[in-house]
Amino acid sequence: MTDELKIKSILTPQKVIFVTLMMCITLVVVMVLSLVLGTADVSLKDVIGVITGSVPQDDPIRLIIFKIRLPRIILAGLVGFALSLGGVTFQAILRNPLADPFILGVSSGSAFGAVIAITVGFSFSIGVPLLSFGGALFTIFLVMFLGARKMGMESSTILLTGVIVNAFFTAIIMFFISTSADDRLHTMLFWLYGDLSQSQYTQLAIIGPFVLIAGLILYSFSRDLNIITTGDEMASQLGVNVSFTKNVGLITISLLMGLVVAFSGLIGFVGLIVPHLARMAFRADHRMLIPVASIGGAIFLIAADTLARTLVSPSELPVGVITAFLGAPFFLILLRKRGSHWSRS
Amino acid sequence: MEPILKLNNIGFKYEEKQILKDISLEVKAGEILGILGPNGSGKSTLLRVMDGILPPEKGEIFIKGKSYKSFSRNRLAREVAMVAQEQHFRFSFSCIEVVLMGRFPHLKRLQFENSNDLKIAADALKATHAFDFAERSIHDLSGGEKQRVLVARALAQEPRVILLDEPTSFLDLKFKREIFRLIASLSKEKGLGVAIVSHDIDLVSQYCSNIILLKNGTVYKTGDPDSVITAENIEDVYECPVLVDRNPLSNRPRVSVR
Repeated sequence: MTDELKIKSILTPQKVIFVTLMMCITLVVVMVLSLVLGTADVSLKDVIGVITGSVPQDDPIRLIIFKIRLPRIILAGLVGFALSLGGVTFQAILRNPLADPFILGVSSGSAFGAVIAITVGFSFSIGVPLLSFGGALFTIFLVMFLGARKMGMESSTILLTGVIVNAFFTAIIMFFISTSADDRLHTMLFWLYGDLSQSQYTQLAIIGPFVLIAGLILYSFSRDLNIITTGDEMASQLGVNVSFTKNVGLITISLLMGLVVAFSGLIGFVGLIVPHLARMAFRADHRMLIPVASIGGAIFLIAADTLARTLVSPSELPVGVITAFLGAPFFLILLRKRGSHWSRS
Repeated sequence: MEPILKLNNIGFKYEEKQILKDISLEVKAGEILGILGPNGSGKSTLLRVMDGILPPEKGEIFIKGKSYKSFSRNRLAREVAMVAQEQHFRFSFSCIEVVLMGRFPHLKRLQFENSNDLKIAADALKATHAFDFAERSIHDLSGGEKQRVLVARALAQEPRVILLDEPTSFLDLKFKREIFRLIASLSKEKGLGVAIVSHDIDLVSQYCSNIILLKNGTVYKTGDPDSVITAENIEDVYECPVLVDRNPLSNRPRVSVR
């Protein structure tokens, strides 16, 4: 065996496939656990019975599993996947480990749309998602337009524009919240902290393919992203088409975030913590990082949402409260223990 | 001997400001071209033009007789490599991962590095005496070690020409010497063309066979160290009184500030 073959840190397709498979198995286990847990008693036997078809059609257990829990779990999975994928991508493009998928102000733009929709009294199946997605698109184009430069997008300009746009929309949102009627207030606040309870299969059919396609597109740029994290000029020296890669990443993720936020509200922390954990465990190569972080995001959000609906059962918490409440201390402990892994090994 | 890299009457403008004017030069195989000049004389811009990152406004660049215009960026990255003055790595890559980035222009979009790429990267690390820390994080290296890894990455591109932009400016004496010696031996052994921008006139004088002295974006003087590094030339270009004598070790011109 020659020296070079002994190098352990080399990434191979086999390693990526193996780890991705392991993550998928974990995902399925967490999904099944989540199906079992909840206000109504459902046993593992019931779940298996429903899947194999031995439970009769009119059994209420069937209804609980298929109509209530499963769509919600799938939505949580897709949203978590998307948020984490967005985090990884933005962190690479902006060369900033603290970037989250909402950094371009997408969150506040879509929240602005949603809050207006709720104030007017639109439904959660069409009106709220539609206005929220519209708000997100509007912000994206605003930030891209304001941040565009002759030499392509510049990270610091985009970041700053995002922050300012965010502040502006947050002010408008606060205005609506302060002046809204009491019965609408609860709905708004719930939405603002992330709410997965409105999940329907039709929504999943819209989000699902989009999340998958976005994942595949970004994965095909994973080596380009690796090199972009080491600097724009060096990346283009090495043959990376920097502005094209950045534009593809920014537009794909922003659209994805707009869509996801429209159906789930604002769920913070996932896009920050999960990519960070993935980087701690598997280093910085995006060929490994993208699948690990994305599936990890799905697992994390399903687990968090399961807690959100069981912790104060029969009442519910917004899932964003759980992600932040658990995420923040966990993150701080890790940071204290291990140092910021993005700069030290 | 036919030059590897040839610049013909290059001009470059940035926002109406003329940065480079009428620059012609050649880089030959196994030879180091030193590019000297005061701050703002256009050294780094010249290097970026030579690298194809900045398209010249006038003139043409040839590599092995073929114009840059006929090359894609990817193709060019297999001909010319650059080592920057300093590069910050935001995320923790291992040294071997950094060197493997040099294989980027050789790979297709979804391709992983194969054993041949790995061998090239490992050989590059050995050539720069950096193989021992192949698995260490780039963040845990000293400045000199890091520059050696970056030279190894340039080698992994398998280029004909390596350009270095003040690669030793943040290094202490020992690492400066190490980097210059490394570059000299690599250019000889591998028949690479090398161009190096530096503020260190003495090291350039000692290691480069050919020097180009820039002033205000034009070639003030070009030739071997003896003809370029004279008190008159240096005083005129750097606007600073100097004494030029001979380095007793290398017998090359040596500059002291008066």
